Amino acid sequence: MKRLAVRREAVLVVLLLVEMVVMQALSPLFLTPDNLIEVVRQSAEIGLIALAMTLVIITAGIDLSVGSIVGLSVITMGMLWEDARLPLSVAVPLALFAGALMGGFNGALVTVVGIPPLIVTLATMAGFRGIALGMSQARSIRNFPEGFLWLGQGYVGGVPVQVWILAAAALLFHLALTRTAWGRALLSIGANEAATRLSGVPVNRVKIQVYVLSGFMSALAAVVYAAHVSVAKPDAGLGFELTAITAVVLGGTAVSGGEGGVLGTLIALLMVGFLRSGLTLARVPAEAQDMMVGLLLILVVAVDRWSRRSGRE
Amino acid sequence: MSVGVFLVLLLGYFGATPGFLRVENLRDILINAAPLIIAACGMTMVIVAGMIDISAGSALAVCAVVAGLTAKSGAALPFVVLLPILTGALIGAVNGWLVAAARIPAIIVTLGMMSVLRGGVIWWTRGEWIGNLPASFSAVGRGEVAGVPVPVLVATSVVLATALLLSRTPLGRHVYAVGGNPLAAARMGIPVGRVLWLVFVMHGALLGLSALVYASRFSVIQSNAGAGFELLTISAVVVGGVNIFGGQGTVWGSAIGGLLLQVISTGLIFRRVSEYWAPSVQGALVLLAVVADALRTRRAGR
Repeated sequence: MKRLAVRREAVLVVLLLVEMVVMQALSPLFLTPDNLIEVVRQSAEIGLIALAMTLVIITAGIDLSVGSIVGLSVITMGMLWEDARLPLSVAVPLALFAGALMGGFNGALVTVVGIPPLIVTLATMAGFRGIALGMSQARSIRNFPEGFLWLGQGYVGGVPVQVWILAAAALLFHLALTRTAWGRALLSIGANEAATRLSGVPVNRVKIQVYVLSGFMSALAAVVYAAHVSVAKPDAGLGFELTAITAVVLGGTAVSGGEGGVLGTLIALLMVGFLRSGLTLARVPAEAQDMMVGLLLILVVAVDRWSRRSGRE
Repeated sequence: MSVGVFLVLLLGYFGATPGFLRVENLRDILINAAPLIIAACGMTMVIVAGMIDISAGSALAVCAVVAGLTAKSGAALPFVVLLPILTGALIGAVNGWLVAAARIPAIIVTLGMMSVLRGGVIWWTRGEWIGNLPASFSAVGRGEVAGVPVPVLVATSVVLATALLLSRTPLGRHVYAVGGNPLAAARMGIPVGRVLWLVFVMHGALLGLSALVYASRFSVIQSNAGAGFELLTISAVVVGGVNIFGGQGTVWGSAIGGLLLQVISTGLIFRRVSEYWAPSVQGALVLLAVVADALRTRRAGR
């Protein structure tokens, strides 16, 4: 199992390198440090979400509500700051807490009530978005102070702040998944939930924690995103769930649960980011890029299925 | 049939608002619900078979554009009706092949197809609206036969046809068997792959029909048509009591579910609730339906 995962990541790295060579041939502007850093910066918010999504999918779950959690947490932060006159140092933690709470709501419905995660998060995807739009009446909040915008626009040692945040989060997630009993519990729940329950793991508690984490990371992404684009809007994060899930699945995490890792997700995230950036430089329109990302997803999973089946026979 | 009771309660609630229970308004609700109900019938088959399709909104946009462009080219009415249906069936055939033959999970296939189709339709139309549709085309969506609006007629026929197909034919029974337990179905000699493929093809064709009814109601077709339509369709099916794990449910439930969503959306306008809240109400309704279902099943299980 472990060797399979390593091989998968190696394949992804090779694909990534090939892609970079092709892109460089298409546009000489591609392999410049500025462009590469810009790609990683653009991917950082969805990356934060995709890290947690990896864990959710490893437990054989899914979270379609992450994009709406981004919208509701960011507008919560904005309204606490502008309407309730709270300083951002209070509003930001409260927004993160709100995100975690939304994730907890998902998790409770999945575990305690026993509704499939696809349905729960499909419903809360609509629900959270509606609350965000309704309570703000679809207005945008701007004029955040410089200190806050630094989170999404500043640099530390020549590297954008959100890239540091993503790197730190990725390291934590990787260690949690591969080095702790909690990580092993996640993999085991995804592989066989009933057996894991019998072996004494508090399955429900672990699954709720995973959804809380997904909500929290979405809220974190929301805060970084607001600082990045200098505005808090209730429709922020629209469609983030699809890009995040694409990165996770492309990265080799099985949708049926039980296997996968955050490194694959990160490499796949960069693959999609570089692909889009290269195609943009080559003047390929955004909608054609969407088509290619969709095809890439189907193709990679098809090849993966095919190679596993032929390996077994 | 708790969804039916719920519908009656809602009609009673919104009925208190002046004008809501007027014949014209109820008729508008039926017409507006028609595309959703048609698509929900196909989605019912997909979900009963244990599958899912989240590319439905993008497929609807592709078929609507095909319908509009065919109508504008001056083609005869049969072509205008058939081409979007065939396009939908073709999209369904590709999805079905990837699911049944290449054995990729349906959620991944249709997630990818969602981007491919939406990107494709915007690329194709360059994001421009299709306007100047001929009058004969609008007749499909706004016409009447013996006083009954065409969309309502089409939706009713589709509900009847799919209900008969699922309950009275060998194929229908196979769909339930495959969704209930694919391994057991295969052991019984049911061609699981072919059944799944056919389900996706039929669902695609119904999406094409839904797109035709939808597009011919308006004077322009937008390339972002049908955004979020997949969620609405799946919501209608789930509210209608179809088991999301497959194997159980009827198109009757889904049709009432679709009607219910339309009643709420029109009712909120009558109650002057800001439209921004509408998605929350839809989400809350889906949760209410599934929580009630889960609790009932649990009680029955004990």
